Amino acid sequence: MINFIIRNIWQRIILLVFISIISHAIVHLAPGEPALVDPSNPRMKPEDIQLIRTAFHLDEPLHIQYVYWVTDLFSGELKSFKDNQPVLGKIWQRFLNSLPLFLIGTIITWFLAFPVGIRAALSRDSVFDRTSTFFSYALISIPGFFLSYLCIIFMVKTFDVPVIGMQTFGLEEAPLLFRSMDRIWHLTVPAMMSALAGTAVLSRYVRSQMLEVIHQDYIRTARAKGLPEDQVIYRHGLRNALLPFITMFGLTIPGLIGGSVIFETIFAWPGMGRLGYEAILARDFPVILTLNFISAVLVLLGTLVSDILYAVADPRIKF
Amino acid sequence: MAERIPYHEADALPPSKGLFQERWDILKRNRMAYASFWFLIFLLALAVLGKVFTQAVVVFDPKVVRLSEKFLPPFTAFTSTLTPEEDAPVLGIYLLGTDELGRDVFARMLEGTSVSLTVGFVAVGISLTVGVFFGGLAGFYGRVKLGFLTVDTLIMRFVDIMLCFPTFFLILTVVALLPPSIYNIMIVIGLTSWMGTARFVRAEFLSLRDQDFVIAAKSQAIPEWRIIFVHMVPNAIAPVLVSATIGVATAILTESALSFLGFGVQPPDATWGNILSDGKTFLFDAPWLTFIPGFTILFVVLAFNLCGEGLREAFNPKLRSNP
Repeated sequence: MINFIIRNIWQRIILLVFISIISHAIVHLAPGEPALVDPSNPRMKPEDIQLIRTAFHLDEPLHIQYVYWVTDLFSGELKSFKDNQPVLGKIWQRFLNSLPLFLIGTIITWFLAFPVGIRAALSRDSVFDRTSTFFSYALISIPGFFLSYLCIIFMVKTFDVPVIGMQTFGLEEAPLLFRSMDRIWHLTVPAMMSALAGTAVLSRYVRSQMLEVIHQDYIRTARAKGLPEDQVIYRHGLRNALLPFITMFGLTIPGLIGGSVIFETIFAWPGMGRLGYEAILARDFPVILTLNFISAVLVLLGTLVSDILYAVADPRIKF
Repeated sequence: MAERIPYHEADALPPSKGLFQERWDILKRNRMAYASFWFLIFLLALAVLGKVFTQAVVVFDPKVVRLSEKFLPPFTAFTSTLTPEEDAPVLGIYLLGTDELGRDVFARMLEGTSVSLTVGFVAVGISLTVGVFFGGLAGFYGRVKLGFLTVDTLIMRFVDIMLCFPTFFLILTVVALLPPSIYNIMIVIGLTSWMGTARFVRAEFLSLRDQDFVIAAKSQAIPEWRIIFVHMVPNAIAPVLVSATIGVATAILTESALSFLGFGVQPPDATWGNILSDGKTFLFDAPWLTFIPGFTILFVVLAFNLCGEGLREAFNPKLRSNP
């Protein structure tokens, strides 16, 4: 077991090195430089641009720049091109904003998808199954931002839910209780919107998993020995159907960055996805690279955790 | 079986249905998928017609700006006296209204149909080509050693690396850094979505490469590229093509998301995505500018998804509903 984990971690570290090299190369080889973002700025003289370029080692060869980036990243001294703030601090602050959105979104997704998927699988070809299938396809097919706009019109008019930002303006001094209630109130719509598409996909998976399990021999055995139907389905069926979702859980972690760009932009939520978007607009290479790196770490961590959990949960898997 | 058909007679009997016919019948039974299929055929025809009528024979001109005719709701008749007569829409009616520059939304949507579908199909074409190429290499030459690594390890590790990138963020980064052009968007979407195909083709090739027909081909000294592309790829491609249908849907959605962030296909080219993201600014004054492209994308992507799912069910006997 320990050997398995160590070998896995080792492989992933090697992968990570290659990922960082490739993403560094992609970002630096693409045309467009930080100095070119604002060419009309009269205060930017050629000397200043040269000064900036020297300060950020932009004139060095690519591999030297890579070494600078890695050493700066691990010593925590990496600075943003845009405002000279430490990158890790910036990302950490945004991470704390993204986390509740991600957590609540994930909780909504999993708590909705499982009942819907199981019900659809059990009552196959019923009205419920057909409607839920149709709606999940519709939700997968609709552009997320279009749905969000439709929802904003409806929600704001009907329930008066706030849809912009993280807190009500002027409420900074309020007691903790009110502030946290205000935060949750602001979270409602963004979290629901980011959960919807995920729910649609996941409920389809749950349905097909349940369908596959239900036709297995051990379910027939359980029925044959006269167990109550609930026990057959939830004890014998669901438990076995759950296995693949351990993997899926690991794979949702990177959604923390990539999946949230659109929703954080719509709802003006200052999270990591939005930070990445702003960094791309400003050609802020250190931030883009570090975000890419962090999300690769998250992916690898997610797969590692799911590999281990899978091995723990399924006795058929050998190391 | 009660009565046995003698061997020679059974041999002479033609199969009651061809393989394709059988699959087709299964698809037909799934009414949603079947309807989606015809809808997509209609859409393709519309895209071709749209291309012809907006570019070659200009019947609907998406580029005419009529500033006195801003924000007209759908089905408004052309009554303006300020706009010259030759700029009037066909039949004297704005079928889907006009936008903030007085351009005919119907003409723009028609132009967008071909552009959006092109983005989808070209992106998927690129991803299929790259995926089949790498998957085929890894599957066929998997055992060949380059230094201390096998070709298989090399390619599949590369696939793993590509899978670790946050796709949308990577697309956004590259599209934002490159000069804005419709080709860049297609290429970038294509180059970030080939990994699934590669994995699949590799798995198929691993089981195909030791089969008799491949060994027979090898024994006739047929060149290896020919074995790969003429003998093996056609045997592995059907499920890949099926999932490509869904890939087109994803590419259209990705393009619209990029448009929303301002990195999509740039004006004056119209796509559904950028009509939608331009229209959202006027959501309350001119809701049709948001609803028309939004629901078009919804229906088209839905049709691609349902059709792809139906085809997958028809081509994969394991998923079939009533065995």
